[in-house]
Amino acid sequence: MLRFILNNDDIGTALPPGMLLLDFIRYHQHLPGTKTGCNEGDCGACTVLIGELQNGTMHYQSFTSCLTPLGNVRGKHVVTIEGINLPNSLTAVQHAMQDCAATQCGFCTPGFVMSLTGFCLSHKAPTLTNAIAAIDGNICRCTGYKSIERAAARVAQLLEPRNGSTPAQYAAGAHILPAYFVHIPGRLEALHSTLESANDVAAKPIGGGTDLYVQQHDALRQKALRFLYDQPALKGIRQEGDKCILGAATTVADLVASPLLQAYFPYLSRYLKKVSSTQIRNMATIAGNFVNASPIGDLSIFFLALDATLVLSDGQKERELPLRHFFKGYKLLNKSADEYIVRLWFYLPSQHTLFNFEKVSKRTHLDIASVNTAISITMQYDLIDDIRIAAGGVGPVPLLLKETAAFMTGKLLTESLIREAGFLLQTEVSPISDARGTADYKRLLLAQLFKAHFITLFPQLETAILIR
Amino acid sequence: MKNIDSHTHVTGTSVYLDDLPILQGTLFAAAYGSPVAHGILRRLEITEALQIPGVVRILTAKDIPGENQIGGIIPDEPLFADHHIHFAGMPLALVVAQNRDAARTAVKKIQAIIDPLEVITNPRIAQAKGELIMPAKSVIQGDTNAAWPQCTHIFEGAIDINGQEHLYIETQGAYAIPQEHGSLKVYSSTQGPTAVQRTIMRVLGIPMHRLEVVVTRLGGGFGGKEDQANTWAALCALAAHLLKKPVKYALHRMEDMAMTGKRHPYMADFKIGLDAALKILAYEVTFFQNAGASADLSPAVLQRTLFHCTNAYFIPNVSATAYSCRTNLPPNTAFRGFGGPQGMYVIEAAIAAAAAGLQVDKSLIQSANLIRTGEAFPYGQIAESEASACWDKAVALYDLENIRAAINAFNAEHLLLKKGLALMPICFGISFTNTLMNNARSLVHIYSDGSVGISTGAVEMGQGVNTKILQVAAQTLGISYDRVKINATSTYTVANTSPSAASATADLNGKATWIACNALLERLLAVTDLNVSRERLSIQNEIVLLDGVATDWNWLRLVNTAFVQRVSLSENGHYATPTIHYDSETGKGHPFAYHVYGTAIIEVTVDCLRGTYETDSVKVVHDFGVSMNPDIDRGQIEGGIVQGIGWMTLEEVIYNEQGKLLSNALSTYKVPDIYAVPKEILIDHLHTDNDNLAIFRSKAVGEPPLMYGIGAWFALRDAILAFRPDAVIPFVAPMTPEKVLMALYSKQSVPAYEEKVSHLGIDS
Repeated sequence: MLRFILNNDDIGTALPPGMLLLDFIRYHQHLPGTKTGCNEGDCGACTVLIGELQNGTMHYQSFTSCLTPLGNVRGKHVVTIEGINLPNSLTAVQHAMQDCAATQCGFCTPGFVMSLTGFCLSHKAPTLTNAIAAIDGNICRCTGYKSIERAAARVAQLLEPRNGSTPAQYAAGAHILPAYFVHIPGRLEALHSTLESANDVAAKPIGGGTDLYVQQHDALRQKALRFLYDQPALKGIRQEGDKCILGAATTVADLVASPLLQAYFPYLSRYLKKVSSTQIRNMATIAGNFVNASPIGDLSIFFLALDATLVLSDGQKERELPLRHFFKGYKLLNKSADEYIVRLWFYLPSQHTLFNFEKVSKRTHLDIASVNTAISITMQYDLIDDIRIAAGGVGPVPLLLKETAAFMTGKLLTESLIREAGFLLQTEVSPISDARGTADYKRLLLAQLFKAHFITLFPQLETAILIR
Repeated sequence: MKNIDSHTHVTGTSVYLDDLPILQGTLFAAAYGSPVAHGILRRLEITEALQIPGVVRILTAKDIPGENQIGGIIPDEPLFADHHIHFAGMPLALVVAQNRDAARTAVKKIQAIIDPLEVITNPRIAQAKGELIMPAKSVIQGDTNAAWPQCTHIFEGAIDINGQEHLYIETQGAYAIPQEHGSLKVYSSTQGPTAVQRTIMRVLGIPMHRLEVVVTRLGGGFGGKEDQANTWAALCALAAHLLKKPVKYALHRMEDMAMTGKRHPYMADFKIGLDAALKILAYEVTFFQNAGASADLSPAVLQRTLFHCTNAYFIPNVSATAYSCRTNLPPNTAFRGFGGPQGMYVIEAAIAAAAAGLQVDKSLIQSANLIRTGEAFPYGQIAESEASACWDKAVALYDLENIRAAINAFNAEHLLLKKGLALMPICFGISFTNTLMNNARSLVHIYSDGSVGISTGAVEMGQGVNTKILQVAAQTLGISYDRVKINATSTYTVANTSPSAASATADLNGKATWIACNALLERLLAVTDLNVSRERLSIQNEIVLLDGVATDWNWLRLVNTAFVQRVSLSENGHYATPTIHYDSETGKGHPFAYHVYGTAIIEVTVDCLRGTYETDSVKVVHDFGVSMNPDIDRGQIEGGIVQGIGWMTLEEVIYNEQGKLLSNALSTYKVPDIYAVPKEILIDHLHTDNDNLAIFRSKAVGEPPLMYGIGAWFALRDAILAFRPDAVIPFVAPMTPEKVLMALYSKQSVPAYEEKVSHLGIDS
């Protein structure tokens, strides 16, 4: 039986594990505080907290329940707005929202309260920047956010005295959570959840669900699903020699938090801030971003530039496949139906290698790119020793621009080389007009972002010449 | 005072339509919308859909017992298309099933056999083909033809303004429950309970007194639920009436976006003439309103476009004509500003074109032409203007010269980042443009325990109207806020209401409440044994004062005594806005109770490498009158500004040529997120003690601030020109990152606006 704790209640259910958590909460448990807004993880009105026991302590993250299958919360603590309400007063977060007049129609408000409460339970430093980052996946159509910013500032202030104590300890004593939270770790430890289909090779594999549930919202509910999100074998980021190995179910949030990746990619958090929202980054897996086969997947572009290699398995044997060979055509993958990604690896950049990621979308954050591109360039003095340029949104698949790279390799990096390469680049792409921009715009944008790579990485270049 | 709902909002205990507990036997509905935008319906194939387990019935036009008609202003909109299909998403059938999943699954099995017809999405094409919702409307002042020869400079241009999706986070929905005696109770997420009631009356052929429409609150409306909630309520009512079971339908986001209308896209042509002193002498403008497939509220929206076509300026000679053009899009509808913003964008563009041609700063033309008290708007109303007061205060308070200097220094220093600036004055008339709608009622009961219950026609959708009404009652009766409760809006308690719209809800319902409370107070104070003239009595903090000194009469004693003396403790206040009138034949009158003024200074920064941008600040001086709730009013201004900036810079409603919506989800239609909003919004009050018709002199604040957002478009234009002085920037909104980048780098470099008349005044 699929078991988890919902607020203060132990849940055991025989409902299909592919059912969405939001529907379960609202229509089966009759907890209407969690709202249905967009059904695709883009508004945050359905935000809940998902707590996991890791080495004896609870770790809570915000999720959009509209894209979370019940199967992904087995053995966890699911917290809705009803689960944080105190019997006789508002919580400190709720107080801040009320005092700052940060609620108008109120429909998005529970989602904001949950995201901010999640921030209080996270290990992030209590700064305004971090508090605002915690609500980057919540849309409000009434307030214009300024009052919500003021509330977030108050929440950050509230956490300042936290010092040494863990976020959960502090929250318990600071009117942020009700008392029953103290007993959750013990209760989760005693909870044994089974899920027959978890290892069913015939079932459809699903990771975080953030794309599959948008595409196949109604169909997945009844389907046999194989839940990969929590499989320990698919988790973890580690270094072996000069290789970095990432489990397929590594989430975007795991990437951001990895000290190893931070050391090699100092601007990682800046790049990944532009990838969806806090909630979705907590849920979305790297393998999911590849398998989704979007021509514009941010992580596909990121790892293409790193020349990452996938390890695929059919449950029996594994095979390696460079990511650049994974995408065969629009939404077509070099992968058999029973294969799934186990992990990927790439060579960590040398000290002569520079990396940059650029993305422009209609809305800078929480949006799908019009064009995204990544570059990895290894220099030998002023000569380009090795270069890889990946670009999304300019062809049917995430592209590695090989001819441009070949042209530049071995040459002296100058403004005129970049300009010449820029012309060649256009012959390798074939963007189409769609809701994310016209073909002309995408060509121009790619040209600009190509220049942006060099302007960012090589400040000694003459910008005025490059942008002419 | 905080919003009275804030406690339930932050605890997730506020009840919205989809949160109502479900009654036993409730059925769930889902509409099947036309897959094509224009055509003739030959056949509807529903056999397969009926096989889905749980499906109870599939309703179509022939099941309607009354009239298949939901058009409010003009009867041109069937509930179900039965023959001629006018837009993609137009309801053809309603599946009713035992659960939501079955209803949605069945909808996907329905097939419509349709002979397609030519699809029109462009209002200019519609106008050329004579596809008009109604005859063209005009507003004329002075004589433009006589004025052109007086002008030293004349500029012409064309405009293309996109629509805007409301994106209330709570989607449309309704829940209809059969009652005894053939009555129906309908919960609806609507701004206009009476409109819902009337629509159901018509569709079912049931008198209005049997239709109780109840609204607790909306999870956002913005105009999108003023008229367009009617469809879903009528569909649920139809099914409930026929099947004798409760029927609920809360729309999926993609259904909502595809099937409902939006802010009207407009195209326009302008011609503006100035004299050497930069005074605008003449302005001609033709508007092509993209009404969509049927009238909906388009005629009224069009009227407001004309009313606001000169924004906050006085122009002696104006000729404005507007066509409401029928296209094959979902009927476009009310959206915060109601046609005003489009009219105001066009005059701002015309001024920008003139400024570019004359190589002067746009703000010089703006400030030289602000309307003054005593001058007439083109529709004849004489201004009581705060336009210059707001402008001058903004310029001084925020130190415009210093802002400009800082921007120039920044732009000189940075190659790839450029800042831009714009000033945006606003002037917005308060009242429904349709004079007869400017009335409201408030039913106030004082219970024998001293508590007070109030029912009005106002619908709470986040704008804080119920909080303001509660303030009016408590302050008028001299009692504590805790004694007063505002009830859900219901057509059984307050009848024949106007929708909550036009920024006027607090004024109208607040004044009705004030009238009712005053009448009650008069009766209560008459029951005392003090035997003094009425003028010497007042009530404060629940104590009756005689010449300002406490007596031993308090609120509870008043209520008890009145009750014992059989004095009525209930009152129905009725308010109708005085002084307003408008003659649509002559196009002249005094349509507005008053105007709201303000000026915003908007600064942006453009990344000229990538075409992306940020709004640095919006600094406002706003004409509040005397704000009765600064918290709520500040929230309305901040929210309005951000929504306006979204409309002008980010939000892009995209239909393809077949009239199919491409921006049909939150993944493809982007509204501002927390990172997209101005880094700083400063709001200063223009405090005016002049008497006005606002409740407690607290001027309406719902719609006007949205139009500050127009300034963001012009600030972006300014920044682009700082990078590339010869940039071609067509007057097309929104200014998305795509438009910015194309303007920064597109190959053409022809002057955008040519003077059509050479310097007549100077030459002669």
